[in-house]
Amino acid sequence: MIDSDDFVKALRDIGCDFFTGVPDTILGGIIEVLSRQRLYTPSVREDEAVAMAAGAFLGGKVPVVLMQNSGLGNALNVLMSLHLIYLIPCVLIVSWRGFEGKDAPEHVVMGQTMPQLMETLRIPHRTASAETMTDDLRWTAHTFMDQRVPVALFLKKGVVKTIQP
Amino acid sequence: MSLRPEEGVMQSRSQAMRALFDVLSDQPVIICNGFPSREAHKIQDRSGNFYMIGSMGVAASIGLGLALAKPDHHVVVFDGDGNVLMGMGTLSTIGALKPGNLTHVVFDNEVYGTTGNQPSYSRLVRLDHVAKAAGYVNVERVWEREDVVYEFKTMLNTKGPNFLLIKVNEQIEDAGRVALDPPDVTKRFRDAVGSAS
Repeated sequence: MIDSDDFVKALRDIGCDFFTGVPDTILGGIIEVLSRQRLYTPSVREDEAVAMAAGAFLGGKVPVVLMQNSGLGNALNVLMSLHLIYLIPCVLIVSWRGFEGKDAPEHVVMGQTMPQLMETLRIPHRTASAETMTDDLRWTAHTFMDQRVPVALFLKKGVVKTIQP
Repeated sequence: MSLRPEEGVMQSRSQAMRALFDVLSDQPVIICNGFPSREAHKIQDRSGNFYMIGSMGVAASIGLGLALAKPDHHVVVFDGDGNVLMGMGTLSTIGALKPGNLTHVVFDNEVYGTTGNQPSYSRLVRLDHVAKAAGYVNVERVWEREDVVYEFKTMLNTKGPNFLLIKVNEQIEDAGRVALDPPDVTKRFRDAVGSAS
């Protein structure tokens, strides 16, 4: 398992310098570290969060949005009619709730369909693991710079250390 | 639908927008989707204009992200009542974070004008009161051109977040779609605000 501090450092090492999002238990440790370092700007909805990230990119930042995969539903229209049309990139760190159906009922459908959904939207995505994290983040940075579109990194439970709610 | 009492003195959105552009110098402006962007493009196309064509409801969110990223720029948002109602949570985010360099202008015509003047709830809900309650520092509601100009000038030189609600009539300027490719809008705007490409 990766320490939250190390994960945040790795994100900063690839150039990420603006962080917003909506909390999830899987992301709790990362958000705590970012907040402690005064790098995190909380958002109230995921569509607002990705739009704030777009504004930050227009202002020269390399933005990251943290969200639960249910929040992808909220963010879809903005990703489709702003980011993908205007070629505005951002890093989406998406917690994979409902992976293999093992979660509360509200997470099951998104948990099963998320990768296909990202395929359909043509959003590059990858599932991160502790073993491949260095390469996962290198791919994220490369795709961000090269394609100028949102890039999604899925985080399953237990990959980055979190805090107990 | 009853005639609003102030109907007779109201300007159109494009008249108010012309007055605002006369006051602006090099401040970046995020303009919401629909006719506001088309009208802005027709009235005064400038590299510091970011014309939205979709993603209704998030103009202020984009402005907020830009204001946080560029503390040395005073960021302006041109918004509409339907847009604000759709993304009303963002008023609380702005009110809580209090970016001093953000002026949020709302052209309030009380209708969804781009889609055929369906009434919006802003004729029943005072968006300026919502903004004040959410924590915007300076909030004004104006109708007439001279008030529009005075308040906007003041806000551009005042620590915000500022909220300028301009009551306008439903008239739409004859303006075509923005004749720029969205990726070019992005690139031109980033150059204008001094962001690395």
